[in-house]
Amino acid sequence: MIIETKDKTKRRIYPKEEVCIGCHLCEVYCVLAHSGTKDLIKAFKKKDKPTPKVIVEEKEGYYITFALQCRHCDDPLCTKACITGAMHRDDKTGIVVCDEDKCVGCWSCILVCPYGAIRRGENKKVASKCDLCLDAGEPACVQNCPNSALEIVEA
Amino acid sequence: MRYVIIGNSIASCGCIEGIRKVNLENEIVVISNEPYHVYSRPLISYWLSKKISDDKIYYCPKNYYEKYKVKPILGVKVERVDFEKKKVYLENGEEISYDKLLIATGGKPFIPNIPGLNKKNVFTFIKFDDVKEIDKVICDGMRAIVVGGGLSGLKAAEALTKRGCDVTVVELADRILGSILDNEGAKLVQEELEKHGIKFILKNSVIEIIGYDKVKKVRLQSLEEIPADLVVFSIGVVPNVDIFKDTQLKINRGILVNERMETNIQDVYAAGDVVSAFDMILGENRVIPILPNAYIQGEIAGLNMAGEKTKYDGGFPINSIGFFDIHMMTGGLVNPIDGCEILKRLEEEKKIYRKIYIKEGKILGFMFINSFDRTGMIVDLMRNKVDVSNFKDRLLLDNFGFLDLPKETRKEKIWRS
Repeated sequence: MIIETKDKTKRRIYPKEEVCIGCHLCEVYCVLAHSGTKDLIKAFKKKDKPTPKVIVEEKEGYYITFALQCRHCDDPLCTKACITGAMHRDDKTGIVVCDEDKCVGCWSCILVCPYGAIRRGENKKVASKCDLCLDAGEPACVQNCPNSALEIVEA
Repeated sequence: MRYVIIGNSIASCGCIEGIRKVNLENEIVVISNEPYHVYSRPLISYWLSKKISDDKIYYCPKNYYEKYKVKPILGVKVERVDFEKKKVYLENGEEISYDKLLIATGGKPFIPNIPGLNKKNVFTFIKFDDVKEIDKVICDGMRAIVVGGGLSGLKAAEALTKRGCDVTVVELADRILGSILDNEGAKLVQEELEKHGIKFILKNSVIEIIGYDKVKKVRLQSLEEIPADLVVFSIGVVPNVDIFKDTQLKINRGILVNERMETNIQDVYAAGDVVSAFDMILGENRVIPILPNAYIQGEIAGLNMAGEKTKYDGGFPINSIGFFDIHMMTGGLVNPIDGCEILKRLEEEKKIYRKIYIKEGKILGFMFINSFDRTGMIVDLMRNKVDVSNFKDRLLLDNFGFLDLPKETRKEKIWRS
């Protein structure tokens, strides 16, 4: 019997780079979903520029773009490298989350995440990562992608 | 079946969680000479600088031992282990027998044998108690000497500076952070620390501590004397193997373990800062005292102790550390080896430094200062020994990402996740 398996989330958000148009709306709606307000202007009009938890990869000279979030790995390295215990798998939801009150911003998680999916959050003080919008049902980035370039899969 | 773990830090937690992935019932006993609920040693400098409060130094929630059904025996020292009788003897006379044992005794500070060590206000910088002691005596304007300009020495220097001390770091080598940075990188960091008032004395060491009962000054190798109110020794950490010295346990600096984290003695495992385990870059066993390795090794040991067959692929040194406003991430080799290619990007005014060593297409080491977003992708390329020849120049970019990888590699990596 392996205790952990049943607790792990099997939900993954996958990007389709062929149809991503690089509009960054996923970032906008990610910020909104995590802002504590329903007002887009209020969500962005803050002293510190909010950090989206989704990363849109786009570069000059490339025709491709796509968005990437935390993979919620079955065997995550971020939780093992965390020096505070802030990065952990939530018992109830099975997703990998960062307890921002505990995080001290040592960035050990960034050092080990194979997907580069963890960012320095607002003010670069604590780690910020995708939580699959668990409070809101379907993730905001997936819901608001105008070209269905993000899909959520329950493996 | 009873599992006994000596040590109550990160490797121990890895082991507990590893065992409990497979086995919910068997007894787990954790023994530590420290009286605390499991806490994080890298956080002691944060605690000293008052960045975190008392409750934040703990690594696991309060109900951890209950949740994982662990019996902790804290504040009691292990006197010896009899590997024949499979028994652990505690200083209070208690005997605990084990079926499987994990040695996770960690590291202890290396302190040179110099005159005057018994004076008041001489400290080490490893445990919670060390910073608690420092905290008791510290006050604004105190002159502090930190002996050792390595990772923990500089974290001590930073914390003492934030607490109002006038700090001087004495380092034997010709540069600070010699275990993670080369000369150019070390210079950038030293300049930043100097901006915050920390002074450096390189190529020198403390040979005597002078004072009546308290520290008054230190004498250097150069015979110069510097006034001091407190001295912190942070020269290095050595595996804490004292109680196993005259046993049949095989030790080469650290306890030697195989890929299952087993020692040479049956049913005895070891993990964390106390072991000499496989370094996948050097291809040999060595002590790599870093937190992620401790957890991973502990977990592998725990799984194997509980009857799984799991292997440790090996590790290599990786570090993420910052002082004031400068932050760096490093991994693998610090100095180039024969036949390796050096990629470099230095922007002195922005204090940005990226250097990478590549040999036969594989990354052997990197040093990133103030440009480290998504560094884990580089570590992943190293761990998987990916040939980076076709996109190596992109590794120096601040925004190196999946777009820089070949399409097939990128898609496989993301879609397989």
